[in-house]
Amino acid sequence: MSAGTAALSPPRTDGPGPVLEVTGLSISFSEGRRRRDVVHDIDLAVAPGRCVAVVGESGSGKSVTARALLGLAGRTARVHAERLSVAGADLRNADERAWRRVRGASAGLVLQDALVSLDPLRTIGREIADPLRIHLRMPPAEARARALELLELVGMPHPALAIDRRSGELSGGMRQRALIAAALALDPPLLIADEPTTALDVGVQARVLGLLEEARDRGTGVLLISHDLAVVSRVADHVVVLHDGRVVEQGPAAEILGAPRHPITRALIAAVPTDVPRGEALSRAAAADPEPPVAPSAPSADGTAAAGGRRPVEAAPAEAPPMSADPRVARDAEAPVLEGFGLAKSFGSGATAVHAVADASFRLHRGRTLGLVGESGSGKSTLARLVLGLTPPDAGEVRLDGGAWSTLVERDRRPLRPRIGAVYQDALGSFDPRWSVRRILRDALGAARMPASDAAVAALLEQVHLSPELAARHPLALSGGQRQRVAIARALAGSPGILVCDEPVSALDATVQARVLDLFDELQRKHGLAILLISHDLGVIRHMSDTIAVMRSGRIIEQGDADRVFTSPQHEATAALIRDSPRLVPRAPGTNR
Amino acid sequence: MSDLELSNRAVSGRALPRPPRVGTMLALAFVAYLIVATAWPAVLQPYDPDAIAPRDAFDPPSPAHWFGTDESGRDVYSRVVEGTAASLLIGVSATAIGLALGLLLGALAGLGGRVLDFAVGRVNEVLFAFPGILLALLIIVLWGPGPVTATIAVGLSTAPGYARIIRGELVRVRGSSYVEAARVLGHGRGRVLLRHILPNALAPITVLATLGIGQAVVWASALSYLGLGAQPPAAEWGAMLAAGRTYITTAWWLTVFPGLMIVLTTITTTVLGRVLAARDGAAR
Amino acid sequence: MPRSRVLRRVALRLAGAVFVLWAVATLTFFAIHLVPGDPAQAILGGPGSQASQEALDRVRADYGLDQPLLVQYAAMLGRLLSGDLGDSYALKTPVAGLIGGQILGTLVLALLALVVAWVLAVALALWSTSAGRAGRAIAGGLELTAAALPHFWLATVLIAVFSTALGWLPPVSNDAASGLVLPVVTLAVPLAGFLAQLMREQMLQALEEPFAVSAAARGETAAGLRFRHALRHAALPAINLSGWAVGYLISGAVVVETVFARPGLGRTLLRATELRDVPVVVGVVLVVALVYVLMTIATDVVSRLADPRTTHSGGAT
Repeated sequence: MSAGTAALSPPRTDGPGPVLEVTGLSISFSEGRRRRDVVHDIDLAVAPGRCVAVVGESGSGKSVTARALLGLAGRTARVHAERLSVAGADLRNADERAWRRVRGASAGLVLQDALVSLDPLRTIGREIADPLRIHLRMPPAEARARALELLELVGMPHPALAIDRRSGELSGGMRQRALIAAALALDPPLLIADEPTTALDVGVQARVLGLLEEARDRGTGVLLISHDLAVVSRVADHVVVLHDGRVVEQGPAAEILGAPRHPITRALIAAVPTDVPRGEALSRAAAADPEPPVAPSAPSADGTAAAGGRRPVEAAPAEAPPMSADPRVARDAEAPVLEGFGLAKSFGSGATAVHAVADASFRLHRGRTLGLVGESGSGKSTLARLVLGLTPPDAGEVRLDGGAWSTLVERDRRPLRPRIGAVYQDALGSFDPRWSVRRILRDALGAARMPASDAAVAALLEQVHLSPELAARHPLALSGGQRQRVAIARALAGSPGILVCDEPVSALDATVQARVLDLFDELQRKHGLAILLISHDLGVIRHMSDTIAVMRSGRIIEQGDADRVFTSPQHEATAALIRDSPRLVPRAPGTNR
Repeated sequence: MSDLELSNRAVSGRALPRPPRVGTMLALAFVAYLIVATAWPAVLQPYDPDAIAPRDAFDPPSPAHWFGTDESGRDVYSRVVEGTAASLLIGVSATAIGLALGLLLGALAGLGGRVLDFAVGRVNEVLFAFPGILLALLIIVLWGPGPVTATIAVGLSTAPGYARIIRGELVRVRGSSYVEAARVLGHGRGRVLLRHILPNALAPITVLATLGIGQAVVWASALSYLGLGAQPPAAEWGAMLAAGRTYITTAWWLTVFPGLMIVLTTITTTVLGRVLAARDGAAR
Repeated sequence: MPRSRVLRRVALRLAGAVFVLWAVATLTFFAIHLVPGDPAQAILGGPGSQASQEALDRVRADYGLDQPLLVQYAAMLGRLLSGDLGDSYALKTPVAGLIGGQILGTLVLALLALVVAWVLAVALALWSTSAGRAGRAIAGGLELTAAALPHFWLATVLIAVFSTALGWLPPVSNDAASGLVLPVVTLAVPLAGFLAQLMREQMLQALEEPFAVSAAARGETAAGLRFRHALRHAALPAINLSGWAVGYLISGAVVVETVFARPGLGRTLLRATELRDVPVVVGVVLVVALVYVLMTIATDVVSRLADPRTTHSGGAT
């Protein structure tokens, strides 16, 4: 039953039977005396050489489904299925021994973020050799040789060196390769990949997806779990849309992504910002339709699910109508509100110095958005800190409204600070853990010397479409989207002309992200805000920006009008970034290379 | 040994598991008992703790004398109750001394800039090289034995541990994104310190104090047991233990029961300290 | 980590150790001389001895106590460098010899206790992480209680049970192996409770990590998960603490050696404290500080070799 020692070479000649067959799968968790149902009556089937994607937002039950297929849903989980077979083995009443025979041999698992998915204290060689040792009792030397082959198969640079490294010593892409190599060690007929590319830079993401495609083309059945429709559209043959633990729609990828029927699927697709023109709403009713408050009794770490999941049902746009006519005018002739000249910042000294930002210049105009994009470690966040006056530049200068900013001493800069609002990726971490929403907003109003009345707090909340009742809440009791809205309200407290947003939506679910992006658009239109938007997500940047700056190794390698940069990138790295960014383009049916 | 490293973990959010509800209730009940024994010992005492009855000497535990009687026929249970106030006073005072000094050193290191941080770090390193009660012994050899010296000695011995934890908290909060967010809003240094840094960094002090009292009681009674703290015939737990040492082979109850009070006190403070830490951890 | 970085680190730590020892010596020296009380009196048996003025003068000259403080300080440092810890006030013999005769017994006691504590803690942690909810609760209660036991009390109870009541083991520690059992157990049990709590938490945490899920998904058994993955993660902080633990055990030896009437550094220290024999106390404290510092360096090196991650913080700062 195990795949045995078969080499990974030619397409598998397994029978045509599916490698995974699930019908009527339900999963519930016991919490104290109560039971919580998370997955209801799911059907799934994966054929050899095909890729099935399960998509849904956080809380939809997709990850727990993936784990349940390997009997790893956890002690408190109760899993029931009418039919559950992996590579022909019936696992409905499997005991631990039977599950262990399946794990690693019939089905491999690839988890998100290999930094924590590989044991940081063991070399990747030993991690990859694990299935060989466990299932085949292969002697260590032989297993090591095989691990080396596997590393070559997944395209690991310098496999002979890498094999003795631990996950902490490898880059994100190399770690993910090692994790995939471990999952493929016994060439299992089924590969389950749970968000395998989330948090990776687009270039690495593209290569990891390439590995999954290769495995699929060799005949492995791939079950891909993802929240990212653009990723799914690239590799999946078949798409299953999960919502609140139920399948709301499934079918061939081209059909689901090209002509979605269910409102939830439509909302998910509409929320993908890539290729949606600037100014067009991603969610129909962001303006009129605040997120419903979550019950204060259930503050969960991923409260986003409550707000983010339910919404699309009610607010399913058939076609997102454009918002009111764009009142923005070209203001490039006006003086910029924020300007950077030849900014540089390095950390450390001598040979080990890291030049986080080198010779960066930019201009930001009233009512416009400058999108700053780049891979992790490219210096985006350091540039944001320079702009916010949190760290002084080694060279160059930031000027605010034509006057001095970065050259001021902090005492003189402080009165000007309300002119720039900041929004961070981790909204919760940016709130004092002891403070309520009201206290957070009052404090911000006070800092800007505004009257810190309850009415002013309510007005701020209204601006970001939150109910004033939320003022009494603690941020922990809010959903992810609500927290980010509070953070935006705080940034608006001083009526700033400029917003600096560092990855403001990358921790949010797609539909929540869509509404927050729409809110930025709306606020910009209303107040003529100049926005410096920093993101690793090219789709977000393109949808939101008037001008774009591409950063790489601390330098701005390309800068210009958004459309120009996208249509005719001047720099090779920009072109690669655009090419590697997954776009929502369903594969035509039958193109199973 | 509810100790520094564990309190360190309890404080730093990698908290130890919250004790079960039953444990918390039992711990609270014991605290209530200790409060009564401190404030109104007579309520709990079946006999006069100092009444000598030579004919009843060395009675083993019985319904009449729950914890037996000592060499002079005094009721051990009544004496244990009597000793609560003295033992806790030593424990609480030592903790207060240790925390006050730890706060001072920790604040200097955590807020005083690089030079002070380095200096305090080295001082701490030196003090850590006197493990356990060795620093206390050194202080006692210089100032002479007695309950006051023992209290001060225990307080000083625990200070470096507190200092390290408090410094760590200050550094953590200072680097947090909410402190940065406050700066971006335009708040001044003093306001950020008073509104954000101090309240958040010093919140664990209640946890530290709770955990620390148990530890201080143990150390102080160890010194008394060695004859360097409170002296017999004082009805202090450590001193009672020291007095009972002589009769260990014949009258075990003279040492076992006062010691049991110390153990229960330590367990109680540990449980409550963890409950508090878990509550703190949930709030951040 | 490259070998050269390890060596550099060890060199740095050794320099730090020398600083710590110097500081300890300096601190104790000035503490002694700034505290009221006449060392000459102490040498002659304390204020109660009513020594004559001539005797006091002679003692002051013999011990160099009539010299200026800084001269005495320099002389002390010079003596320390040559390994001379001075003479005991009470016994009039060199402190170094006194300590040399006692240190081995204490180190044996402390190291045996450390080993026993580790064995108990690992066993308890492995068992409790595989046990169900009830087993875990029991283990938690056991650990909490064990960690709260003061040495002096545990020793007393062990003597009462195993010597007095059952007669299995001697109440007085002699050189025979049976005499070591109770002192070692007394020292080991509270430390084991403490280490077990730490290890269990770390193991449970490690078993929740995605890498444990990954390993399970490769077919690893429950025992394999605990031995191959979780135990390593649990051992690291425990190794880091072992330097501190040896210091804690030596400090505990003061009590344990006293209760079991076992010769050793702890008992020497206590007797010297009672007699206010300052040179002996300072000598013992210095030697313990030396042992502590060396142990800390050793555990630091071991844990750094065992843990390739550079982010973890080790040692006391």
